[in-house]
Amino acid sequence: MEYVIIGSGVAAIGAVEGIRQWDATSPITIVSAEPYKVYGRPLISHLLAGKIREADIFYRSDNYYDLKGVKLLLGTRAVQILPDKRKVALSDGRMLPFDRLLIATGGIPFMPPLPGRDGPDVYTFTTLDDVRKLEALIGKAKKIVVIGGGLIGLKVSESLHDRGIRVTVVELADRILSTAFDPIAGEIIGKHLTEMGMEIILQNSVTEIVRENGHIRAVIMSDGTRRDCEAVVIAIGVVPDISLVEGTEIKTNRGILTDDFMETSVSGIYAAGDVAEVYDLLLGQRRVTPIWPAAYLQGQYAGSNMAGAKIAYRGSIPMNSIEFYGIPTVSIGLSNPAGENYEVRHVYLPEKKLYRKIVLKDNILMGAVLVGRIQRAGILTGLILNRIDCGSFQEELLKDDFGLINLPVEVRKKMLTTNP
Amino acid sequence: MRADETKCVGCHRCEALCPTGAITIRRNPSDFRDNALWTPWHIKNIYKQAATGGVLLTGMGNPCPYPIYWDRILLDASQVTNPSIDPLREPMELRTYLGAKPDAIEVINGDELKTAFTPQIPIEYPLLFSAMSYGSINLNIHCGLARAAEEMGILYNTGEGGLHPSLYKYGKNTIVQCASGRFGVHRDYLNAGVAIEIKVGQGAKPGIGGHLPGEKIGPEISLTRMIPEGTDALSPAPHHDIYSIEDLRQLIYALKEATDYQKLVFVKIAAVHNSAAIASGMVRAGADVITLDGFRGGTGAAPTMIRDNVGIPIELALASVDERLRQEGIRNQASLIVAGGIRCSADVVKALALGADAVYIATAALIAVGCTICQRCYTGKCPWGIATNDPYLAKRINPEIAHEKLANLIRAWGHEIQEMLGGMGINALESLRGNREKLRGIGLNEMELQILGIKHAGA
Amino acid sequence: MKRVYPREEVCIGCHLCEIACIVEHSASKDIIRAFKAEVPRPTARNLVEEEGPVSFSVSCRHCNDPPCVQSCISGAMVKDYQSGVVRHLEGKCMGCWSCIMACPYGAIRKNPVRKTVIKCDLCLERPIPACVEACPNRALIFEER
Repeated sequence: MEYVIIGSGVAAIGAVEGIRQWDATSPITIVSAEPYKVYGRPLISHLLAGKIREADIFYRSDNYYDLKGVKLLLGTRAVQILPDKRKVALSDGRMLPFDRLLIATGGIPFMPPLPGRDGPDVYTFTTLDDVRKLEALIGKAKKIVVIGGGLIGLKVSESLHDRGIRVTVVELADRILSTAFDPIAGEIIGKHLTEMGMEIILQNSVTEIVRENGHIRAVIMSDGTRRDCEAVVIAIGVVPDISLVEGTEIKTNRGILTDDFMETSVSGIYAAGDVAEVYDLLLGQRRVTPIWPAAYLQGQYAGSNMAGAKIAYRGSIPMNSIEFYGIPTVSIGLSNPAGENYEVRHVYLPEKKLYRKIVLKDNILMGAVLVGRIQRAGILTGLILNRIDCGSFQEELLKDDFGLINLPVEVRKKMLTTNP
Repeated sequence: MRADETKCVGCHRCEALCPTGAITIRRNPSDFRDNALWTPWHIKNIYKQAATGGVLLTGMGNPCPYPIYWDRILLDASQVTNPSIDPLREPMELRTYLGAKPDAIEVINGDELKTAFTPQIPIEYPLLFSAMSYGSINLNIHCGLARAAEEMGILYNTGEGGLHPSLYKYGKNTIVQCASGRFGVHRDYLNAGVAIEIKVGQGAKPGIGGHLPGEKIGPEISLTRMIPEGTDALSPAPHHDIYSIEDLRQLIYALKEATDYQKLVFVKIAAVHNSAAIASGMVRAGADVITLDGFRGGTGAAPTMIRDNVGIPIELALASVDERLRQEGIRNQASLIVAGGIRCSADVVKALALGADAVYIATAALIAVGCTICQRCYTGKCPWGIATNDPYLAKRINPEIAHEKLANLIRAWGHEIQEMLGGMGINALESLRGNREKLRGIGLNEMELQILGIKHAGA
Repeated sequence: MKRVYPREEVCIGCHLCEIACIVEHSASKDIIRAFKAEVPRPTARNLVEEEGPVSFSVSCRHCNDPPCVQSCISGAMVKDYQSGVVRHLEGKCMGCWSCIMACPYGAIRKNPVRKTVIKCDLCLERPIPACVEACPNRALIFEER
């Protein structure tokens, strides 16, 4: 049985670990466009900020691939998939045969059309190479404009700020972190970042990048405001990298469509991670869930099923944990639901920068946002995933020290006294 | 952490759990001037009563310095004549059968028994767990007692609080008690065990009934006892259907009828001044077993004045009852079990030699699971989780651990009894029962020696 | 694999399991020194939850399918398939708190003195875990289920 995995992110590692639980010996080949062994992608901001060294960023040990019996083709791009022939064409001309194929190509940054965009000093921030490029600016650039106030945009801003660069964030929505978090959380973090010295401009967008002799001088915003800068980082979103499957019978929507076993519309070909569309437990429909834990888990299920396990993946929920200058923030599930069927309660202490919010529907917990105090937040995640009826302890959910002791005895006993 | 010494009862719980051994328990009284008559205890009791107008309550057995006859009786041992028996090498019979023995046995054809016996209950050791009601103690202890009784082949007594449904499965090792309040008494209850004990009196509080303060009556107790939650459970002093020996006989036979003569009927009385006459009457009334409870017997709640001043020592009561029944030629018609502050296997052997068939232990059993005799049982705040049904405290007794400790106690005492018997050259309890010749008194006066029916050491 | 299972019916809330965990993870393994002399004082990996009469000790379940391993961005959380233990490699931990967000038992908590997390390691060097041995009422059972 030949296993081939396109992509060398966390979904690929999940797949390797999934395969090896069921099939200890068959060869696995990973085709990695990036020239690096798998690294913790969310850590690139820590690396840029100088908080870790490059050696620390790698996700598994150096001999991991050998130990797991995986052949790693670094710096090699897959250029075409031939489903009928069960082969993958590589950039170096080789043809890689497969019995089972996993497409885990991840996402690529969305580049909007923007006058002045083409040319040097425009960056994105999703890879280790991006860190190297931005590293070169330290000490040279004084001001950088970051387009996009989401997770990636703020993280790269924080890292650059830590390295002594003056950063301006331009965000289209009325708050930062508009997808992952809610208005209040956005306000707390926004204020905090501003106190730390970053400039955050809301409800605005960059309409032009001004260049002189090819070099960036400034950006112009939709309301005419101008900000001088020497570089621009574009961080307004990541889209699934589905270029490989175009022209094949592998069905896509925004991402590659998968069934409950992570298999695509073509038998023997699977997809996992940021490139895949999977079932969202809370919305009850398929969508792309580009978060780290989901990617690993999907890879694991894909790998297990590729090796013949036949275990259904019940679906993902979005979740994010991120800390900005000492304020930890966590959002789980539906952090900002639309519509009226939701019961939303919160505790907000602005002077203390503390916020805790829960979202319920028919007594089932659907989402939570925590800012400042995040101890044991995972208990809420468990309640969401297991659809526990919270009717008898709704009030307690808002307590900082909400614990298993607040759950009904039968629920708790089942959790703590059975094989996990 | 601050401790409030005014509330400390010296229960040793903190010391037992401290992982560094940092705590020692010491008395911390303010001293009064020495006064042999007006002791600090008497003084403080009067303060309490002046403040509350209430009856002084207490728990556990009589702690006053009355004479302890066990400590003035010595055992014999074999030397040269009638050699010792080694219990590790030779068979030693500790099993006893409780129940009336017939006056004579008729055998036909050499080996077929013609005489009909009333029911006999075998117990593997001459030890039983005495009555402690569900309510005065909690289900965790009852569970431990039941399991230990089952493992060791002896019996435990439900006390006057009824029997919890989860314990019916230990019926083969259960004595159900029928006390004056008739708490939890219904037909299934009567048939649940192997014996029914009519509790006429209790050593700790002769003449008055049982008392379970309302604080200790929660939902489970309420259900089992068939009374409302939170109300004091006061058993009346007499059974209101027993006002004479004839009434007792009527009740004994009513119970036998109700249980198809399959169960033994025990009758328990406190050891009081005319115990011998009462016991004689009880035997003639049809009791299969007489239980005598001496004045050192424990309790979950009793008025202090009664606990400390009423009743007589079990050693004296036992000797006089056994002697009277023998004189009247009816000793075989009932087994005799004694209770009331039996502390060790030596006390057990002395009790058997004075005439008992077996011994009930309760205080010793509770000490085995942690009790330090702080005498606060009546508050329902037992820190060892024994005499309480407060869910926070009751958890402190793990029934599994209680079972192990109780079984260990019986096993240990059983082994010691074997050693003492062997030392006397006896290999069966039959030969020890009522064998006063094996005992000698020490430091006892003529009257005491006479009542006990033993000689003085050296004589 | 054997795991530590709590029994709330007999847990008396004495916290001796937490104390034992602190001593076990101290440098001196001596209770007096661990509490009075060692700086920083080691942190207990388990947590006794209590409210009213109910109490029990919560520690890492070493799940068969650990959500913390799935969410760890640095590979600091790893499942050792030999022993079954979920190991936390402190040297790789970045303090991103993703595992805290993922663990449904709340068994992972922030280390009070470093930007890393702390969780039970099942006392692999002992025949039975320190907390199980220290419990005075057998409220922690170490067995396979």
